[in-house]
Amino acid sequence: MKWFKNTLRDLYANRIWLMFVLPATIWFIIFSYLPMIGHVIAFKDFRIHRDGFFASLWHSEWVGFKNFEFLFKTNVAWEITRNTILYNLVFIFLGLFLAVAFAIGLSLLANKKLTKIYQTGMLFPHFLSWVVVSYFVMTFLSTDRGAINSLLSFFGVEAISWYYEPIYWPFILVFMAMWKGVGYQMIVYLAAIVGIDRSYYEAAMIDGASKWQQIRHITIPMITPLMMILTIMNIGRIFYSDFGLFYQVTQNSGALYDVTNTIDMYVYNGLTTLGDMSMTAAAGFYQSVVGFALVIITNYVVKKVDEDYALF
Amino acid sequence: MPKKANNSSLTLTNGYTPYGLKGISNVILSIMMAVFSFICLFPFIYVIIISFTAEESLIRNGFQIIPDSWSLEGYKYLWKSQGQILRSIGVTLFITVFGTLLSVVMISLFGYAISRKEFKYRRLFTFLAFFTMLFGGGLVPTYIVVTQFLGLRDNILALILPLVVQAFWIIIMRTFFIRSVPEAVIESARIDGASEIRIFMQIVLPLSLPAIATIALFSTLTYWNDWFQALLYITDPDLYPLQALLSKIESNIEFLKEMKLISGLQAGITIPEDSAKMAMVVISTLPIALSYPFFQKYFVEGLTVGSVKE
Repeated sequence: MKWFKNTLRDLYANRIWLMFVLPATIWFIIFSYLPMIGHVIAFKDFRIHRDGFFASLWHSEWVGFKNFEFLFKTNVAWEITRNTILYNLVFIFLGLFLAVAFAIGLSLLANKKLTKIYQTGMLFPHFLSWVVVSYFVMTFLSTDRGAINSLLSFFGVEAISWYYEPIYWPFILVFMAMWKGVGYQMIVYLAAIVGIDRSYYEAAMIDGASKWQQIRHITIPMITPLMMILTIMNIGRIFYSDFGLFYQVTQNSGALYDVTNTIDMYVYNGLTTLGDMSMTAAAGFYQSVVGFALVIITNYVVKKVDEDYALF
Repeated sequence: MPKKANNSSLTLTNGYTPYGLKGISNVILSIMMAVFSFICLFPFIYVIIISFTAEESLIRNGFQIIPDSWSLEGYKYLWKSQGQILRSIGVTLFITVFGTLLSVVMISLFGYAISRKEFKYRRLFTFLAFFTMLFGGGLVPTYIVVTQFLGLRDNILALILPLVVQAFWIIIMRTFFIRSVPEAVIESARIDGASEIRIFMQIVLPLSLPAIATIALFSTLTYWNDWFQALLYITDPDLYPLQALLSKIESNIEFLKEMKLISGLQAGITIPEDSAKMAMVVISTLPIALSYPFFQKYFVEGLTVGSVKE
């Protein structure tokens, strides 16, 4: 009883702050936590009930792991997992390398005005939607009008139906992911490099260190924590693919599914074309749970190595 | 995080810094960087050129960097079939303005509360937000919540509400508040008898304008560029935002012809399909391209704050 009284008193004392957090808290409950509860439909045979959302959840029949059976007995789970993880691994590590390389490159330029201009150019793609980018790609890959086929025909090579040839797409997708994403990451690293105390470099220069040695022994070690943190965050999201890249840039071409079918693509196409909520939810549940486990594990490992690099 | 004063004091008046490369290696690196940034910008320039290319030139030569004949046909066509396009621009503007307002209010309120030490439950609510960055509900349950629980299919709110809050923005906002609002100012206002709401409105918010600008910017870009919500929840063309219309037209050229019927153009006129499409891409991208150099600063600031652990 006393505990209850104290809690009430605390709530009352904090009423103004509770009012502050109320709107966003309601949002989180509806748009984040309700869907988390909604994960149970992965274990049910989902039927829409006329009494609304909770009734549908409640009255749908439990079917255990039946929805997962299809996913894991056929090759689907393996295929979408492989696609998602392989693409993301390439995106993460190639992206890290390019972003750090560009950041160091820009920080080394003597003319800071040029640095600013180049930085502006490289960040630009980040602000475009994947729909717009898909038009950009189309101007190059369109079968009858695209720039690349024009170039090929100039050299007497036969035109390629790009949107029907899966073998090229892993490269195209990686290129586009880098094209759109590297500028953003680069900015973060560049800001960190600019923030490094200049006296380190002065001391190194007095000792006769070359530019290369300065990069290796000052710049890189100084931005390593940031590299670690951003990479952990990315590995935590390795089960999630950038849906717009795979859906818009490929124009959702069915001929390319072999190389574009990531977990998100599968879930989206499952939801919109198959219409089997429960089966699709099973794939989504698998994604959320394994993704969550991955963040926790990566963070735990990093924490063991060095406390400062951990995310939480 | 970046010590700006430190950096600029080392930059001499002619823009030369002792930490940069010298001579030929500087020139080579400079050219390399120039090439990369050109690659990032070129497709947009290319699309602008195509949007001004005459249809017969496109039929004969495809997309050229310097077309044989220029024309305004694409834009003229869009102007004539204005019904759908103006409608979509209207939808995009509406969701961008209202969504951003809602975002800024909800995020600054929440971010401020969890930045205050007096708030007993601040850890609980920080966790409530942070946890959503680690674990999510997934597409299908979210879809069911929006369509069934909220009943927002073919409702403009379905384009606004799901994107209002992001935990990452709240974390940025909190960090900003902790850093840029001096404790002493709040203390003295409290001693003077100001209420918490008044302190927030009259002292904290004016001090945090850069942070609010940053969040508003993130939010504006999110709404302007979003096509996914429309893809999921909207079937009524009257409610298509610009990006969704673009996406629709790309996969379904017929849609453009249907648009023609809607706006009552005479049949039999050839549509400058590709140049009209590209003209739409230009129209939807131009606002970003033109304002980008001005807002870039806030964006970079928000990013660097967001990547700091506290």
